[in-house]
Amino acid sequence: MIEIKNLTKSFGRNLIWKDVSFKIEDGETVAVIGKSGCGKSVLLKHLNALLYPDSGKVIIDGQDMFCLSYSELRKMRQRFGILFQGAALFDSISTFENIAFPLRYFTDQSEEEIRENVNRALEMVNLEGAGDKSTSSLSGGMRKRVGVARAIILKPQYLLYDEPTSGLDPQTSDEINELIVHMADSLDITSIVITHDMHSVLNIAEKVAFLNNQQLCWFGTVEDMQESDQPDLVEFITASEYQIKKDKN
Amino acid sequence: MKSIKQFGQYSLLLYQALRSVLEFSTYRKNLFSEFVKVGYESIPIIILTGFFTGAVLTLQTAYQLDTDLYPVSIVGSIVGQSILIELAAVIGGLVLAGKVGARISTELGTMRVSEQIDALESMGFNSVTFLVVPRVLAGICMFPILYITAASMGITGGIIAGALDGILPSAEFMIGARAFFYPEDVVFGMLKSIVFGFVITSIACYKGYYAFGGAEGVGNATTQATVLGCIFVILTDFILAVVLL
Repeated sequence: MIEIKNLTKSFGRNLIWKDVSFKIEDGETVAVIGKSGCGKSVLLKHLNALLYPDSGKVIIDGQDMFCLSYSELRKMRQRFGILFQGAALFDSISTFENIAFPLRYFTDQSEEEIRENVNRALEMVNLEGAGDKSTSSLSGGMRKRVGVARAIILKPQYLLYDEPTSGLDPQTSDEINELIVHMADSLDITSIVITHDMHSVLNIAEKVAFLNNQQLCWFGTVEDMQESDQPDLVEFITASEYQIKKDKN
Repeated sequence: MKSIKQFGQYSLLLYQALRSVLEFSTYRKNLFSEFVKVGYESIPIIILTGFFTGAVLTLQTAYQLDTDLYPVSIVGSIVGQSILIELAAVIGGLVLAGKVGARISTELGTMRVSEQIDALESMGFNSVTFLVVPRVLAGICMFPILYITAASMGITGGIIAGALDGILPSAEFMIGARAFFYPEDVVFGMLKSIVFGFVITSIACYKGYYAFGGAEGVGNATTQATVLGCIFVILTDFILAVVLL
């Protein structure tokens, strides 16, 4: 379980958000939504302590991320997989080596086992046979898939997605959404998805956290979100490309 | 104020690197690849620079000492000592501040802005151990070898230029060079090159590691790494001359 408690972050004098608190239960898929620049990705980077807050806590299974020593933190981070916005693939090595990278350093697996695991991960993201390709020759959607394959290779407990469908066409976005649902179901992973794509939210999330006006404006289930009268949330939803038809009766 | 903050950040990065220098298995592969990039791939430019520095220095020294007051072999003494004490290390350092410093800062800067460094950290790697330690170690280990290459080529360039121009037979050059050859000069030159290797690679790592702001940010980091590398080569050269000569 991930507990975010009274998290406040600013860069210099620029307050990003304050007193953000919510819980993510094991196995849930939570979408964090909000306007561009509201600090969604900043929040994501606090979950595995890539950024530190001004105050507040992120508690993972009872352990405060920000109180761990660096060696403890490195072990804790291996319980997370992250798909970065641009996939953050290492461009000096092949697709296969990108996915095999954590296995080579953090496990004692033989070359045969590494090959099997990487091929299995590539199959899961529907990229069989793409291992030999250089990362620069991959399309946007393929890069994201390889990013997911690399993120799940160490069998993490939590999977964080930073804008997984941004910059993709609607069809590829749907494929990525299906992949996120497939990952959550087949690997029993807790997923946190940063997005402003309401279509994605409706397809993948069980709960939604809405960041607005430098605070957590709303948190609840997707069903409750569709019923909500919270003005900022309603404005955000109706302003998005995907109009949600609410039955107010 | 900004400079103090940057110096603090730089010191902290070096401290983190020093603390993790014993985690050899993490950076072993990168270290050998950096040996090749910093050392082997710099040899052509070092040969070229060293050779022509020695050649021009010989011609200019002979021109300036064109008098019967000195034996012609004195040109060999001046050129040999100048190359061993100063020019092989400093000219090599300045050239490598451009070649090696720019490559390192661009590489790390691009990794930073494309979140590859965050990706490494998020997998549980210590990114400083993985990226900074092998680059700085490669600088410290490879620069002395490049210094020896530059010095050898400088003296060779001097001998050839003197002989081709007809002002100084190679035997006379060698008599002069040997007469004032002190092994301490080579030790001093190698010590300088170790310091330059550390200064250039550590500044480039710092600038690249903390780059921000997309392509423009990487460009700025590379420019600053190269300029600061050159400035600190000259400054440390002066300090070492004051302290050790």
